[in-house]
Amino acid sequence: MKFRESQLALPLAALFVAFFVAPLLVLIGLSLSGEPELEALSLQQYVKFFTDRFNYSILWSTILLGVKATLVCLVFGYPIAWICARSSPRWQSVIVFLVILPILTSVVVRTFSWIVILGRHGVLNKTVLWLGLADEPLDLLFTEFGVVMVLAQVQLPLMVLPILTVLSRTDPNLADASKALGAGEWRTLWRITVPLSLPGVIAGCILTYAACVTAFVTQTLIGGARLIYMPLHIYQQAVGANNWPFAATISVIFMVAVLLVVWVLNRLARVSRGFTHA
Amino acid sequence: MHSRHADWEALSLRWVFGALAAVAIVFLVAPSLIVILTSFTSSYSLKFPPEGLSLRWYAALADAHQMQRAAWNSLLVAFWTTLISVVLGTGGAIAIARSRAVWARACDLLFMSPLLLPALAFGFAALVYIHLLGFQPSIPFLVLGHVIVCAPFVLRTSIAALSQLDPALLDASYSLGANWWTTFRRITLPLIGRGVGAGAFLAFMASFDNVPVSLFLADARTEVLPIHLWQQIETNLDVRTAAVSGLIVIATLVLMVVAEKFAGLTRQMR
Repeated sequence: MKFRESQLALPLAALFVAFFVAPLLVLIGLSLSGEPELEALSLQQYVKFFTDRFNYSILWSTILLGVKATLVCLVFGYPIAWICARSSPRWQSVIVFLVILPILTSVVVRTFSWIVILGRHGVLNKTVLWLGLADEPLDLLFTEFGVVMVLAQVQLPLMVLPILTVLSRTDPNLADASKALGAGEWRTLWRITVPLSLPGVIAGCILTYAACVTAFVTQTLIGGARLIYMPLHIYQQAVGANNWPFAATISVIFMVAVLLVVWVLNRLARVSRGFTHA
Repeated sequence: MHSRHADWEALSLRWVFGALAAVAIVFLVAPSLIVILTSFTSSYSLKFPPEGLSLRWYAALADAHQMQRAAWNSLLVAFWTTLISVVLGTGGAIAIARSRAVWARACDLLFMSPLLLPALAFGFAALVYIHLLGFQPSIPFLVLGHVIVCAPFVLRTSIAALSQLDPALLDASYSLGANWWTTFRRITLPLIGRGVGAGAFLAFMASFDNVPVSLFLADARTEVLPIHLWQQIETNLDVRTAAVSGLIVIATLVLMVVAEKFAGLTRQMR
């Protein structure tokens, strides 16, 4: 009467093997092909990538972009989660609603609104001029600063939600005990609350970082054509230059770079969990 | 003396965190508000604050046939993506939610990996793959590509809902003679329905908004809305873009309120 529930995963697993794993394997195969005839197995494309400064400077600036945007998200995201965790259930719903509003709004639309805000005659420049902080409009669009700002706004919810999950599961008695034993609020924060929430912080960092480095729309619309990051590099090689083997190589290198960072953060998460249980 | 120091500490922490959180909330909400206000401008330029208010750009959308076709394509793709993601994702969730077996962990990792891997690289890989098989990009392939990146949302919320489900309820149902299907329909589904619903909503929004996969898998004739808008913004900033954007923000807000009411969206996201 009771069939095996594990069989219910088969359709999804089949789809993933046929349309996710297989394409990625084909991609790796293509990246290993030689230049004129696409048959020989060679590392030619990889050599080409790593012997050209232009390529790995793009890789490096993409990784750095992800790190910067993730740090901005952490600085602003942790306080939201912290305040939300100690609000009444009603306020918690309101705050979470406001936090997820941007992530559900179309990325193109969100990025578009930032063009209105950051442009030379945009809201931000008008405010800066009005306050007398600068004599002429600042260049915010098409700069790395602009890209980091917008990425941080677009991906902030991914940082807040995992931290909130961990913080609202933390026993409030621990913080109270720390205060009863004479530790001040700041000391309690650094010694009790933050270490206990580290798994959430790291989970948030993983999601934010992975989303920031691959945010093609935001990177191209705010960064413009001069600031090239890995996704645009792949797109230009694949569609613009029609050089599929090289685009495949860039894609594989990009994926490995993202997974490496995720793997390191995951190791840290495991260490931090052991640390909090000790 | 000590207590005054403690008061100051508590106050300073609350002030610093309160200020950062307040800035962050403004930072999160302001762009959406600015889009809505800008879309009601009466002038030809995208100035904020707008010089005058009118609905003329919304009216202009009635003649924007290319945009309408793109919007229709996006809705169609998002509909099929959501349907397939919900059916396959709920099945997958039931299979792996309560299993501690190695294969279940491996499946979980596999099904979640599209959220971490660069979607643009996957989109390109899918294009190379269907070319190798001798096909051209088309709407069915576009939907399949979207399912890969959207099913994880359904899976995540369904697994969370299943982990709240008391297994004793299922045992009770079986011992009273109900078969698997009846138990699923009468016990499991009603109890995890809100989780599945929230996941479906997230999957729909993710598909409607997807650029990286659509960029490679949409054929030349089927343009989807986010790519159409992306190209509009890159080439000529048309004020109609602001009107569509305003419309999208308002529709998102309405759908979120509905999802909050029926699926407890904010509770599912935590």
